[in-house]
Amino acid sequence: MRVWRYGDDINTDRLFPGKYTYTCSTADEVKPHLLEDLDPAFASGVRPGDVLLVGRNFGCGSSREQPVLGLASVGVAAVVGRSFARIFYRAAINQGLLLVECPAAVDAWTEGDPVEVDVASSEVRVGNRSFPFPSLPPEILAIRESGGLLQYARAALAADRPRG
Amino acid sequence: MGMTFSEKVLARAAGCASARAGEIVVVRPAHLLTHDNTSAIIGKIGSDLAAWGVVDPDLPVIVLDHVVPAANDKTAAGHKRIREFVKRYGLSHFFDVGEGICHQIVVERGLARPGTVVVGSDSHTCSYGAVGCFSTGIDRTEAAALLLTGHTWFKVPETLRITLTGAFQPEVGPKDLVLRIIGDIGADGADYKTVEYVGPAVASLTVEDRFTVANMGVEMGAKAAIFPVDAVTVAYLASVGVAPGSYEVFASDPDAVVWKELTYDLGEIEPVLAMPHTVDNVVPVREKLGLPVHQALLGTCTNGRVSDLAVAARILEGRHVHPDCRLLVLPASRTVLREAMDRGILQVLVAAGGVVLPPGCGPCLGAHQGVLAPGERCISTANRNFKGRMGCPEAEIVLASPATVAASALEARVADPREVGS
Repeated sequence: MRVWRYGDDINTDRLFPGKYTYTCSTADEVKPHLLEDLDPAFASGVRPGDVLLVGRNFGCGSSREQPVLGLASVGVAAVVGRSFARIFYRAAINQGLLLVECPAAVDAWTEGDPVEVDVASSEVRVGNRSFPFPSLPPEILAIRESGGLLQYARAALAADRPRG
Repeated sequence: MGMTFSEKVLARAAGCASARAGEIVVVRPAHLLTHDNTSAIIGKIGSDLAAWGVVDPDLPVIVLDHVVPAANDKTAAGHKRIREFVKRYGLSHFFDVGEGICHQIVVERGLARPGTVVVGSDSHTCSYGAVGCFSTGIDRTEAAALLLTGHTWFKVPETLRITLTGAFQPEVGPKDLVLRIIGDIGADGADYKTVEYVGPAVASLTVEDRFTVANMGVEMGAKAAIFPVDAVTVAYLASVGVAPGSYEVFASDPDAVVWKELTYDLGEIEPVLAMPHTVDNVVPVREKLGLPVHQALLGTCTNGRVSDLAVAARILEGRHVHPDCRLLVLPASRTVLREAMDRGILQVLVAAGGVVLPPGCGPCLGAHQGVLAPGERCISTANRNFKGRMGCPEAEIVLASPATVAASALEARVADPREVGS
């Protein structure tokens, strides 16, 4: 498990350049360009279970779900940050990517510390210390528990208007 | 305790008597805007559409604008797929290549109405606060779900109230104001909030001016950026076919709880730039005079309306841009383009060396039409100067007003519009 540390105000153009937005949509198309203008080593180096530790306002800028889709599909366990831009935050809920706002955990981390997120107990473990984070409202947890927004919407539609 | 604009409008869209900041409400938006990304959106729900169809043919507003005309076979195939989807489901609001930038179209065609909620799979959807519409950006997956269900959730935002007083000095305008605010409060200064612009100076701002300010709301992290509905709004809406009385007007109650208050005197605003690579890296133009620029972009959804082109034309009339600087002119819509032609504005810009691009997003997102080379610098009226935004991570983008961009194009270096004369 590796921790990838990035700073404040990382916008979506750096996470996934705009020039690819109308030619790359699927996870396989997105993966080679993931974080291309932020960290060229990321796309080839990231492994399932890795964690991103980020600063303030992560994911600001354009509405661009490809980086979220990409991070979820390469198996990133969580993105732990000081704060997230709102469209990026919603996109993560919609894709089932775990985002955790926990400034104390970001502050506490030093090179080499493993980072782990325990959703059940709402805490981030950094090395041998633990930091609580507020649990999500039930409406949002329901979307995550369905596996993402589309699965959630499909279940609601099927209950309401069974497929003909 | 009174309610804020956001609380009232979201309560109405949710069918509730009231709502409070922090609550989660499920709302039915009046419209869902999508653009070239419609192709990817419908790609997620092919079999769902076959089973359930589009929830309401009046809900979607689809505008082809991001890469128009198509730059390659892939983007062309995306456009084709969208046209077929529109026909198959009999959708009411479709605007093909050349009609304009989605946000301009939504406002100009009267699809953004005061007191309604509009969402869009584009971050600058917040622009419609210019006419008192609660509008905000979402992602593609949420847009896909909305096509099927017609509803989504929102956390009711708190409110940042910005009071505007005074009047702009010559050659200073709304772009300078909004950049100044972003520079002061930071790129996340209004995260998750509604920014409400109020005060005696609001009446002096046209809907075009308000559009520029609301458009940049997302650059301070805001969920929505709202102007009050006043005589200026009512007259504008009537001019685009939205009759007075066909919409409900909401305003924050005097005793509504706001998160924070700020005041700006327009008379104290001076021409500013947002330097690379963040929009909150704001400095006065006078501190960067002489900085070389290789390209000047006039237009986009931020500053591509007739008044913006007119400001530039006044500065460029009878002159020619510097041979070391390319001037790209990107009107926000066909309507803007036609009016700029009728009023002789376009003729001035072309005579001055301007290259007129088709109405659309053009080079703003770096997909085509004016991509920068390594080491180049573009001064632009757009809303983002992120690294790589215009297609090249080794290039720089400096954001400014139409007046500053026009003045700088004349000299191929950053220039103060108050000093070049007209």
